Amino acid sequence: MTISRRKFLKTTSVSCLALAAGPSLGHGYELLELPGRMSKGPEELKAKRWGMVVDMRKCDGRCTEDCIGVCHEIHNVPFIPEAEHQVMWLFQEPYENAFPDRSRELVSKVLKNRRFLLLCNHCDDPPCVRACPTQATFKREKDGIVMMDYHRCIGCRFCMAACPYGSRSFNFRDPRPYVRKINPAFPTRRRGVVEKCNFCQERLEVGKMPACVETCKKGALVFGDLDDPDSEIRRILAESPHVRRKPELGTRPSVFYLF
Amino acid sequence: MYGKRWVIPGMILFVALAAFPFYWYAVGKDKPFPQLEMPKNAKACVEKTPFMRANHMRLLDAWRIAVVRDNLFVYTAASGKTFEMNLHKTCLGCHTSTEKFCDRCHTYNDVTPPCWECHLQTETASKGSAS
Ligand code: SF4
Ligand code: SF4
Repeated sequence: MTISRRKFLKTTSVSCLALAAGPSLGHGYELLELPGRMSKGPEELKAKRWGMVVDMRKCDGRCTEDCIGVCHEIHNVPFIPEAEHQVMWLFQEPYENAFPDRSRELVSKVLKNRRFLLLCNHCDDPPCVRACPTQATFKREKDGIVMMDYHRCIGCRFCMAACPYGSRSFNFRDPRPYVRKINPAFPTRRRGVVEKCNFCQERLEVGKMPACVETCKKGALVFGDLDDPDSEIRRILAESPHVRRKPELGTRPSVFYLF
Repeated sequence: MYGKRWVIPGMILFVALAAFPFYWYAVGKDKPFPQLEMPKNAKACVEKTPFMRANHMRLLDAWRIAVVRDNLFVYTAASGKTFEMNLHKTCLGCHTSTEKFCDRCHTYNDVTPPCWECHLQTETASKGSAS
């Protein structure tokens, strides 16, 4: 049998395409026919786009041990003393690090001495999601949370390079020995994956507000639906001047600061 | 045939050697199936045992994807019973010791899934943070 070069190339490329296209169609879990069905939790808190207001007029930075402590405790965030290996979901930075794009000349004393509470902004147009080659980081269509599926993370750290806010941490070592008090209901991470704040997705699905919001006694943290014009968060944003971090980058953060 | 004296015994020897694993293992005995410690607080798993035995990993995979990506949370089994799609609460709520259940079968089958590098059973966790 003879086969022309042209025909050979045609057949091979079409077969390769078919092979590649097959498994990439649709969600992975549709491949397994489950005998049962899946539905939403009855208590789930719902929103089109979750967002948070950090009211720096109320947050004086004196009790941040509480909110950061609770967040890191329930999520098994390791406490690693060496700065370059630290893992942080909720953390504090001075004004010039939190808002490096804003004028740092002649800053008012009030702002200069503040430690700003920072977390993942759950950007509306998140660059980390675009950078992730495995879709381990993704934005949920239903509530706007930028989530991670740690099972898929290959530790390439593209997302860390892409995030303009330093919201992500890498596990340079096995984090488990550094977790002070293990919460068995939440997994730890393993060496070689990235992690970050998840807006307490595991609490929202059972009807609870994020842990930091619940912990803050001063009412400095307000969490709600940015897409609902009648929500408290929208009322606050309508009433008070606010800023977001690095708005010029067009990531449209869902975390707003009042000062 | 040229060189018959060498070729034929050679061929026989080759077949005997190539088939070695088959007859060698045919005379051996099966390792006994491991004894699994069954949960005391439940009679049935999420789905029927043969399905779970063959597909528990795929079920868990489907649960994870549904929870993290599609905001789903409740699984209604074929029997009509509902479960939270949560490894810790649902699976480990019954199988309290992974050593006496998961690991025995995994060891028997020579598979080492990395579940416990991240997920925790209450027993290990209470022993302290050292892994
Ligand atoms: S703050 Fe960073 S990690 Fe969070 S969504 Fe935006 S780009 Fe991604
Ligand atoms: S480190 Fe993980 S989450 Fe980040 S881009 Fe790579 S695979 Fe995605």
